Amino acid sequence: MKKNQDHVRVFTRRAFVIGGLQGALLGVLGTRLAWLQVSQGSRYKTLSDKNRINIKVLSPQRGEVVDRFGVPLAVNTQNFRALIIPEQANSVEDSLRSLQKIMDISEKEIQKVLKQAKKTAKFVPIEIKDDLSWEDVARVEVNLPDLPGLSTDVGERRSYPFGEATAHLVGYVGAVSKKDIGDDPVLSLPGFKIGKTGIEKRFDLDMRGKAGQSEVEVNVVGREVRELNKKKSRSGRRVVLTVDGELQRFTQNRLSQEKSASAVIMDAHSGAVYALASFPSFDPNAFTSGLSAALWEELLANPAHPLTNKAISGQYPPASTFKMVSLLAALQSKTVNSKTTVFCKGYYEYGRDRFHCWKRGGHGWVDGRKALQVSCDSYFYELATEVGIDKIAQVARMMGLGSKLDFELKEERPGLVPDKSWKLGQIGKKWQPGESIVASIGQGYVQATPLQLAVMTARFVNGGYAVKPWVTADGLAENIMPADGWPKLDVNSPHLKMIKEGMDRVVNHEKGTAYGSKIEDELFAFGGKTGTGQVQRITMQQRQSGVKNEELAWKSRHHALFVGYAPLKNPRYVCSVVVEHGIGGSRAAAPLARDLLLETQKRDPGSTPVHIQETGPAGKVGFKGAGR
Amino acid sequence: MRRSISIHSEPSVLEKIRHLNWGLIFLIIAVSSIGFAALYSAAGGSLSPWASKQIVRFCIATFGMIIVALIDLKWWFRLTWPLYFLGLFLLLVVEIMGHIGMGAQRWIDLGFMKLQPSELMKIVVVMALARYFHSSTIEDMRRLPFLVIPTLIIIAPVMLVLLQPDLGTSLMIVMAGAAMFFMAGASIWLYIGAAVLIAASIPLAWNFALHAYQKQRILTFLNPESDPLGSGYHITQSKIALGSGGLKGKGFLEGTQSRLNFLPEKQTDFIFTLWAEEQGLFGGLVLLGLFGLIFFYGLWISLRCRQNFARFLALGLTVNFSLYVFINIAMVMGLIPVVGAPLPLISYGGTSMLAVLIGFGLVMSCSLHHDSKVSR
Repeated sequence: MKKNQDHVRVFTRRAFVIGGLQGALLGVLGTRLAWLQVSQGSRYKTLSDKNRINIKVLSPQRGEVVDRFGVPLAVNTQNFRALIIPEQANSVEDSLRSLQKIMDISEKEIQKVLKQAKKTAKFVPIEIKDDLSWEDVARVEVNLPDLPGLSTDVGERRSYPFGEATAHLVGYVGAVSKKDIGDDPVLSLPGFKIGKTGIEKRFDLDMRGKAGQSEVEVNVVGREVRELNKKKSRSGRRVVLTVDGELQRFTQNRLSQEKSASAVIMDAHSGAVYALASFPSFDPNAFTSGLSAALWEELLANPAHPLTNKAISGQYPPASTFKMVSLLAALQSKTVNSKTTVFCKGYYEYGRDRFHCWKRGGHGWVDGRKALQVSCDSYFYELATEVGIDKIAQVARMMGLGSKLDFELKEERPGLVPDKSWKLGQIGKKWQPGESIVASIGQGYVQATPLQLAVMTARFVNGGYAVKPWVTADGLAENIMPADGWPKLDVNSPHLKMIKEGMDRVVNHEKGTAYGSKIEDELFAFGGKTGTGQVQRITMQQRQSGVKNEELAWKSRHHALFVGYAPLKNPRYVCSVVVEHGIGGSRAAAPLARDLLLETQKRDPGSTPVHIQETGPAGKVGFKGAGR
Repeated sequence: MRRSISIHSEPSVLEKIRHLNWGLIFLIIAVSSIGFAALYSAAGGSLSPWASKQIVRFCIATFGMIIVALIDLKWWFRLTWPLYFLGLFLLLVVEIMGHIGMGAQRWIDLGFMKLQPSELMKIVVVMALARYFHSSTIEDMRRLPFLVIPTLIIIAPVMLVLLQPDLGTSLMIVMAGAAMFFMAGASIWLYIGAAVLIAASIPLAWNFALHAYQKQRILTFLNPESDPLGSGYHITQSKIALGSGGLKGKGFLEGTQSRLNFLPEKQTDFIFTLWAEEQGLFGGLVLLGLFGLIFFYGLWISLRCRQNFARFLALGLTVNFSLYVFINIAMVMGLIPVVGAPLPLISYGGTSMLAVLIGFGLVMSCSLHHDSKVSR
């Protein structure tokens, strides 16, 4: 009895312990529930919304590209598409067959849609055909009752009114590739295009715009239940270029008379680019509407590299256009002065090596100005070893060669200015004095892009300011001219004056190498320097047998170069021209440069400020294209 | 010995019905009704496929519960061992059927319902332990040899359930058994010893006993966000549903998580989540409160009983029920790993409903016959 009483007491006590534990556990659950629902409530609310709300991205309108006068270079044109939503069609195939009766659709296109319809969810629209004519759209719209599941919508397509002329500069847009897909949700939109080259690529992020959003409630399999919220997309930034579209087109047309050539026309003071062209080119419109494989193959196979923007990524031996650099280096290091003369006997001997002047018989006595005028090689051979490569390289870099110039286009290449430490580091050999001789006339290791040559010319003729090139006018890039102008270079003005005189005589003196291209109208007269870049070494045998360069295969012929400026007094425009394998600077490049400089001066784009505002009076917020 | 006080003759059935614990029945109906509402909502505002079936089952099982309650406790006392061995036999049958080629099967198809022997075993083990401890004394409880047989009573079904394999149910049987030992007066040291033993065997179990999917569940529980689209999906989505319900809830039939199908198994294991998402903290606490009242009712009944068998049985079954509740709700709140346990009276499912209500029938039988002598 007592034992049982004990047992009951133990049971009662323990029953209360169990009851207490149950109460405590209920308390824990209640507290947890309160914590989840009240303290963490807002956090989980967001997560829940994320779950059920599908954000549909609305494609933004891509920013346009216009030239300095507001003339469009890249615009968006309407692109009508026919779509089909499988779940709204009784039979996808029947609807397509009916469509075939009123519109031109190939069997292949029908099979493609049917295949796609099997793969994707039934409520996802499938594109049947794009680029419909307005008549097609009207016909589909009228017949919609007989075309279950069909609909039309209007998309956008990039188009380039100037076609080939701006293909390299403006670039083109293309489908987003896997490696491009990053944070921006817009990129995963079907049919979304991003910039692939040129301005389109460089300012892609700005021009892309801000995607809009349509918040739709979806269930777990992604079907839309209803739209909750909508935010419109914001158009991308309009890019205003400093180029003159018509001048660009003129330049492109003029270049097309050669087999492969490129040119840059630039403001000598501000660095604003007025035209930048490369030939052969391609039609960027073909890229946005789906390039055919055959055309792509053709572009790739073309030995003149139509896809390359040679004006900024072609690297050539600057040849005799480099002589201004060598002369300036010699003047600055006081190796020569304006009166120093050298006797050219047609070649120059250094040790056991013989370096030939381009003129077999020699030029006789030449001073600095004349050395430029007649492009005498011996003069520079003579001074090269004394000045030394390092001094030449230093001046070359000062004039804008040997490194990138922060130009907006990513395709820009750095060129090459060799010196002693470069050779030791890159090639692992000591610099030979003979190499300085070769470098002094812009051959050997020296390489420059047409853009760099234009910048070099500008720095020679603008009074010695460290101008850099830029092509976007509205402050998109950071390389445009500072408010207080470009910094002054550390050069003596008399030296620059003397070099400019030499360049003047190249064109306007009857013995000058470009005299044949002289502009008679003094108002438009120009100066400059020819260059003929060896692609292959001229062998002793060739020299003796007198093989003419034009008898060689195209690929082995010399490059023809010309750098020029105009007008003669107070130069405003500079230009550089490279005709690949054009044989000679004076015969191929100089006439081309003459035409470009004449047209540039006639159009005089630098006299009108860039028209930045999309609407409203021109020039109100304008930017002065040319300095001083 | 105590004198028998009031009941001299067998009371009539009607009298017994009058004395049923109508308060407890009311609480059960209230909780089940919440379940019906939740199932109605889970189906997107429709009686089919779950709510209507569940209501029918509830009615049948309630009838069974009352029958069980009306049967004199002494019969249950006498039937305990046969029922226990029947339960073991059924578990063996399921196990053998599984080996013969039906895969991992946990039920026997009776035609009108699928019987899960392991569900019934949870009740029968409690009965068997109550029966065994009925005649024990405190001194008995302190002698280890006396505890060998009740330990075997627990281990035999646990092993069979583990073979199915159903870790969740076997753990519940072990916990219910441990509670029975405790209320019968087993030494506290026994529990401390067991705790040490378990701690020591965790590494062994991890390496040899647990299935890959069980390990994965534990790992996922420890860090559910590590695998939000895989095994952690359930926990993460459930917490999102609960949390987004907030104080007032999203409203009946408005739970976006469950209605848009982000919540998995919303009609069974995760039904509490659905309820709390739609009814908020308020609705969740009401449900927890109702469960608490049921626990309290069971405790109160066990304290009123005059017989050890009735005391142990009533409290044991109440503890059993509360374990179900705690494990399910703690699971959906991300407090313990996902074990696949339904929420009693609420989750959709026949056997579970039947087992729970038969359990309450026994508790009520204990109450109704709290004065009657079961033996001797």
